Amino acid sequence: MAMTVKTVSRPSRGLLEQIYIWEVVRGLGITFRHFFVNLTRHILALIGLPGKPGAATIQYPDVPAVLGARARTRHRLLRREDGAPRCTSCLLCETICPARCIRITAEESPDVMVEKRAKTFDIDLGMCVFCGHCVEACPVDAIRMDVDFVELASYSRADMILDMDELLKPS
Amino acid sequence: MTKKVTFTLDGKALEAREGQTVLEAATDAGIMIPHYCWHRSLGNPGNCRMCLVEVEGTPKPQVSCRLPAREGLVVKSLSPAAKRAQTSALELHLVDHPLDCPVCDQSGECGLQDYYMGIGRYVSVLREDKAHAKKRQVLGPHIVLDQERCILCTRCTRFVAQISKSHELGIFGRGHNEAVDLVPGRTLDNPYSGNLADICPVGALTDRDFRFQVRVWYLDETESICPGCSRGCPISAHTSTQRPWHNKGRRLARLKPRVLDWLCDEGRYGFSDFDSDRLGRLTAPLSEVRSALQTHRDDLAVVASGSLSNEDWKAFKSLFVDKLKVKRFLFTPEPDQVGSEDELLRRREKVPNLEGGRALGFGTEIKSLTWESLGQDIAGGRVRSLYVVDRDPAKVLGEKLLHKLELLIYQGPRMGKTGGLARYRLPATDWLEENGHFTNFQGKIQEYRQALKPLGDARPDWKIFADLEAGL
Repeated sequence: MAMTVKTVSRPSRGLLEQIYIWEVVRGLGITFRHFFVNLTRHILALIGLPGKPGAATIQYPDVPAVLGARARTRHRLLRREDGAPRCTSCLLCETICPARCIRITAEESPDVMVEKRAKTFDIDLGMCVFCGHCVEACPVDAIRMDVDFVELASYSRADMILDMDELLKPS
Repeated sequence: MTKKVTFTLDGKALEAREGQTVLEAATDAGIMIPHYCWHRSLGNPGNCRMCLVEVEGTPKPQVSCRLPAREGLVVKSLSPAAKRAQTSALELHLVDHPLDCPVCDQSGECGLQDYYMGIGRYVSVLREDKAHAKKRQVLGPHIVLDQERCILCTRCTRFVAQISKSHELGIFGRGHNEAVDLVPGRTLDNPYSGNLADICPVGALTDRDFRFQVRVWYLDETESICPGCSRGCPISAHTSTQRPWHNKGRRLARLKPRVLDWLCDEGRYGFSDFDSDRLGRLTAPLSEVRSALQTHRDDLAVVASGSLSNEDWKAFKSLFVDKLKVKRFLFTPEPDQVGSEDELLRRREKVPNLEGGRALGFGTEIKSLTWESLGQDIAGGRVRSLYVVDRDPAKVLGEKLLHKLELLIYQGPRMGKTGGLARYRLPATDWLEENGHFTNFQGKIQEYRQALKPLGDARPDWKIFADLEAGL
């Protein structure tokens, strides 16, 4: 394929741009405009008058962030009434996971009616896209996701991988 | 010459032999009518009622597996009446089926799932609880039974009666209590028992070896040839490479018969150690191997394996016979590579391709030593160097004798005892990692295809032979 070359002329700089001072004043004008607009909106809101809300900065981590109602965060594995993990290791969540962050290996369950259970169940939160497909796919309601804010941070990639013990801990 | 008849199936004119059933003729023509109990090698008891079709001129639907094709017969398998009949049959099959697809190994290749999605899609009207039966019953070394999932198609009992003729399974009880079970005092332990997992259309009989290892939708299929004996059965190699944590990290998940209906257990379960004990890297440059071969060409003996492909044999001949003019060869299988045989599939010679060597004169014009005479030659100092291709003389002759050799070169996919003793180790690919042809004992040349990437520095045997020859 032939390379397409498009010639673009440089924007010419007039006198005002070249002496800079006018441009600095113009830029500061934008800053001050935002400042006074926000100030007015906050004062109007404070005295109960209608108007658009002013821009807000969250004082994280002193003030926790507010998540949307549909936000889903960390995964939890659920237990049966007898305390055994609900997961039957059907691998439907691993199959549907678009980020391929779930790794399960299966083994025989001592309970013959359960038949199959997970030997290992790892979720790599570093790769997870929090889509919630795993929760949707699960036929035995073994996996759910937290809705409240959980700080998911660690010092290494390996620490982002949660194993079954960690996933089974109640929130 | 049997008479041909023409009948119509779903508006399409089909030809059938006289007396052939509609289901069989349709299957031959590539048209699928749902069925469970009918199997082309196991007959047509007509008990599953899944193959019901509408026949013009008859008031009720007929089972196409027992309906002989005759001239001018008009059959509809896709009409609303036929579909309704098939759906009702499926619904009855599923009355007591536990629907535990998430834990069932058959899930993904299950007849019940396929037909439910294909023709069923009914809303169940069943209000009673499902009946329970024995679960996870180990029948023998390879097969585990789940009676709840069974639809009583009797394929398994017909297999042990007609094919393996070992009669371990039977149908016991009547009505609601009818169930497949072991004949008292027996275990399902015949040389073909693994086939039961294949012919079971549902998840009632599953493979213990494959159980819970990997879900079937993660498997890749490659057309291959079983290297278990000189029969060379066409097989389909199911490999799991997409997610290495499945199947205990092994790449070969299972083998299934391809053109033929059956596969013996020796072939089916003989290769689960495919990835273990492999030679990793090439430890010395080929030029060093070449000069060692040059100096030892007069006292060299070559031990070659029957697992070489026809292509390998050709390069082998060119290197050792034409170029190096080696006099001593050994092609005889190792003592444990000679086993039992039967009329169905298994052959005595448990290596796939000695026949391909014989076609080039190995073992016929070019005489083979025996293991004893090779041992004597090494002990007597007549053979001071040995080139071993995928064989284990250390196992047969003993490690002590091999220490007498001045040069031992080992070429093969797995280390074995001999690989550990060899001065030069040339890693070669195994059958699933290369393309090639095997000639079976009948002289039939069959192609096998590459399913897996070679491990480490492994290369096909013919490439190693050709490279060695090129520099000599």
